[in-house]
Amino acid sequence: MGLTLSWLSIIVLIPLAGLFLKSFELSPEQFWAILSSRRTLNALRVSFGLAFAAACVNLVMGTIIVWALVRYRFPGRRLFDAIVDVPFALPTAVAGVALTSLFAAKGWLGAPLAALGVKVAFTPLGIFVAMIFIGIPFVVRTVQPVLQDLDPEIEEAAGSLGASRWQTITRVILPSLAPALLTGLALAFARAVGEYGSVIFIAGNLPNVSEIAPLLIVIRLSEFRYADATAIAAVMLVVSFVIIFAVNRLQRWAQNRIPVR
Amino acid sequence: MTMQIADIVSLSRSDVKARAHAAAARDSLRTEPKAVRIAIITLAVLFLSVFVVLPLAVVFAQAFSRGILAYLAALSEPEALSAIRLTLLVAAISVGLNLVFGLVAAWAIAKFDFKGKTALITLIDLPFSVSPVISGLVFVLLFGAQGYFGGWLREHNIQILFAVPGIALATTFVTFPFVARALIPLMHEQGTQEEEAAISLGASGMQTFFRVTLPNIKWGVLYGVLLCNARAMGEFGAVSVVSGHIRGETNTMPLLVEILYNEYQFVAAFAIASLLAMLALITLIAKTVLERHLDEGHDARDH
Amino acid sequence: MTPVTIEVRNLVKKFGTFAALDGVDLKVDNGELLALLGPSGSGKTTLLRIIAGLDWPDAGEVSFNGEDALAQGARERHVGFVFQHYALFRHMTVFENVAFGLRVQPRAVRKDEATIRARVRELLDLVQLDWLADRYPSQLSGGQRQRIALARALAIEPRILLLDEPFGALDAKVRKELRMWLRSLHHEINVTSIFVTHDQEEALEVANRVVVMDKGKIEQIGSPDDVYENPATAFVHGFIGESIVLPVEVANGAVRLGDRPLNLVAQGAASGASRLFVRRHDMLVGPAGSGAFEGAVQHVRNFGPVQRAEVALFGGETIEIDAPRDKELRAGDTIGLEPRRYRIFAGA
Repeated sequence: MGLTLSWLSIIVLIPLAGLFLKSFELSPEQFWAILSSRRTLNALRVSFGLAFAAACVNLVMGTIIVWALVRYRFPGRRLFDAIVDVPFALPTAVAGVALTSLFAAKGWLGAPLAALGVKVAFTPLGIFVAMIFIGIPFVVRTVQPVLQDLDPEIEEAAGSLGASRWQTITRVILPSLAPALLTGLALAFARAVGEYGSVIFIAGNLPNVSEIAPLLIVIRLSEFRYADATAIAAVMLVVSFVIIFAVNRLQRWAQNRIPVR
Repeated sequence: MTMQIADIVSLSRSDVKARAHAAAARDSLRTEPKAVRIAIITLAVLFLSVFVVLPLAVVFAQAFSRGILAYLAALSEPEALSAIRLTLLVAAISVGLNLVFGLVAAWAIAKFDFKGKTALITLIDLPFSVSPVISGLVFVLLFGAQGYFGGWLREHNIQILFAVPGIALATTFVTFPFVARALIPLMHEQGTQEEEAAISLGASGMQTFFRVTLPNIKWGVLYGVLLCNARAMGEFGAVSVVSGHIRGETNTMPLLVEILYNEYQFVAAFAIASLLAMLALITLIAKTVLERHLDEGHDARDH
Repeated sequence: MTPVTIEVRNLVKKFGTFAALDGVDLKVDNGELLALLGPSGSGKTTLLRIIAGLDWPDAGEVSFNGEDALAQGARERHVGFVFQHYALFRHMTVFENVAFGLRVQPRAVRKDEATIRARVRELLDLVQLDWLADRYPSQLSGGQRQRIALARALAIEPRILLLDEPFGALDAKVRKELRMWLRSLHHEINVTSIFVTHDQEEALEVANRVVVMDKGKIEQIGSPDDVYENPATAFVHGFIGESIVLPVEVANGAVRLGDRPLNLVAQGAASGASRLFVRRHDMLVGPAGSGAFEGAVQHVRNFGPVQRAEVALFGGETIEIDAPRDKELRAGDTIGLEPRRYRIFAGA
């Protein structure tokens, strides 16, 4: 027990506490000045905005993928089930260079898209694509077991009470999945916000346009502007904590479904 | 008479229609119309193909775009070899540390009840939800030239940042939760009965651990180590911040991929990347196999 | 409510090579409370699910009031179904669970909100749980969930009410209370109802009529008294009530146990190996030499109003009988036994 705590402290808690201590060395005015600078604001906006949009895409597509994997039988189903984990397992730098060359102007997908006048690589759209990639497993893997374990009787009950299939899905199945769906959304969002490796190659990294917050932290560090880096990191860390807290609440909600008061 | 026949014909026709309707109604209770089914499967397969399969394919296509000789040449560059060596070393250190910690933490959490248990589990999970860049940053703030321990370290001539210890620390931080996470549910489920039985039969604490606890969780341990190792070898953001990018010295494989890519050495970059992608694929296959073992163990306990 | 009769003809349902229903014929009269009784795997739940439209037969017919029910899906049949594990919607309050069937009606026939609310209140009153309206299913006891599931099924004003093991998941005490309650509730609403159970006591106590099933076939249909007092087949005799079963030999109308002739009537059983069924309490104890059987008392234990004696019959079998407490039985006694009532069924 003591060993657990001390090891946890050395590796995780002390370093994180260090970050907060460092950010408290800044006066509120300094802190605010850093955060409200145009470049910081834009970086945060890009990271949070696109991460949220990507998480929403993942929510919808993840639900569709889970539905196909759990409810239907089709050739290659097991293979695709395994493939869902690739974004988890593939090192982010590899994902980054692969997505970039896939969507670059001469890439397999970039070329046809360019013909349509759509430019993905080195634009905010590229960040969006990378964030979708990285978030897929989160929604799928949180929702899949819940849909699998869903009691078939509740669908039969809804049907025997006269509900159409659509009503059964929207009023019974999806609400039953809601905690898992929201958890998946939160996890995908958290991952996308902090994502670095798979994004920076495809992003273009143009300040104020396609520069993500984690990259700005790295840039500030390389300029030895530690205070700036710390302040941005502190904001992102707080958001991470909020998400963890929200996910914990969601899990508890899922367990007993007692209204959260 | 003719009327009657007509009646019967129309009746059986409506009957046939009704039965067809019933067949549809029967299917619709727990599934969707065929068109919807096909649309959903197509969408899912298409999405996964574009976003997952294609990027994976690109890695290998690019790596071998100049043939197998260029590929092998890229991998036998001294820079590449030193990056591979460093990656293996760092992974060994962080997996080793987290294995020990994960075992102890999971044991403490699963077999004892104490206040703040949920909080502790949340804390263990923390590195999962922190941006890798921030994970690197915290060590810069601690050990960097202006950091809390920076001055002391310089006085004693200890190099942590921009050296192997820093990379290992950052990697350990990032991979911190894997082993513990894999073991907590497993050990929790197994409870304490078998340990109690072993101790009541006169086994010592060590004997109990190695002869009872460990055999029960060996697949879980392997599972955690596997995921921990994959992440350790592939970690980019955190390592990038603390490594200092000293060529041939502090570049791990992912970092080398970045450098080569930015220097437009695509074949070399993707050659290294293909090794990492292979690692990912092997990890996934091993993971599937292990999950089967874990499920079997589960069934065996159930029945 | 409109009277509804159910008719099932020659129903066959196979799962792979296993015949869950193997030619079932059944007629249920309007307003009946019918029990489908049988061991697990007897096909009773399959029959119930086919009537509800949740499963479909491979052959046969189901009709409600003479019209083909198989032409309709579960949605159109207006059958109230109470699931074994209740299948309450966990994310809805009790009130919303009961209201569900009313809210999903097509817009054209859907009632307005006030009517729906009034109807739900009425149903919650009926099941005496109006005070739980705002709770979630996870906050209810098993018995309460059961009653909410029933209220939910009744909300759509079903033509037929079907209950799958309605008390299966409850503990013994709650089960007893709910049995009485279901009976009186049925009396009140008077909807043609069928419930499935494997518990004979439950079937005999609650139902007007009992259908005993085994291996996909109906063994007997009759009133509770009927199936208990006059079991039609060896299976029913063995399944309902506690019976003594003796392997006997029938030869030209004479009955033998081992090599001892028994002074009993073969009841038309064909010659050959047969089985003799007697209820434990139908074995009357007399002095040695009287009665069809003779045997030595091995043990005696007292069970409330009766004493249970283990008797080794001369002829080779050991049986347990229930005798009134006023007959003094002691281990070692030799006694005569006469079955007050018995059945002989051909076949070993």
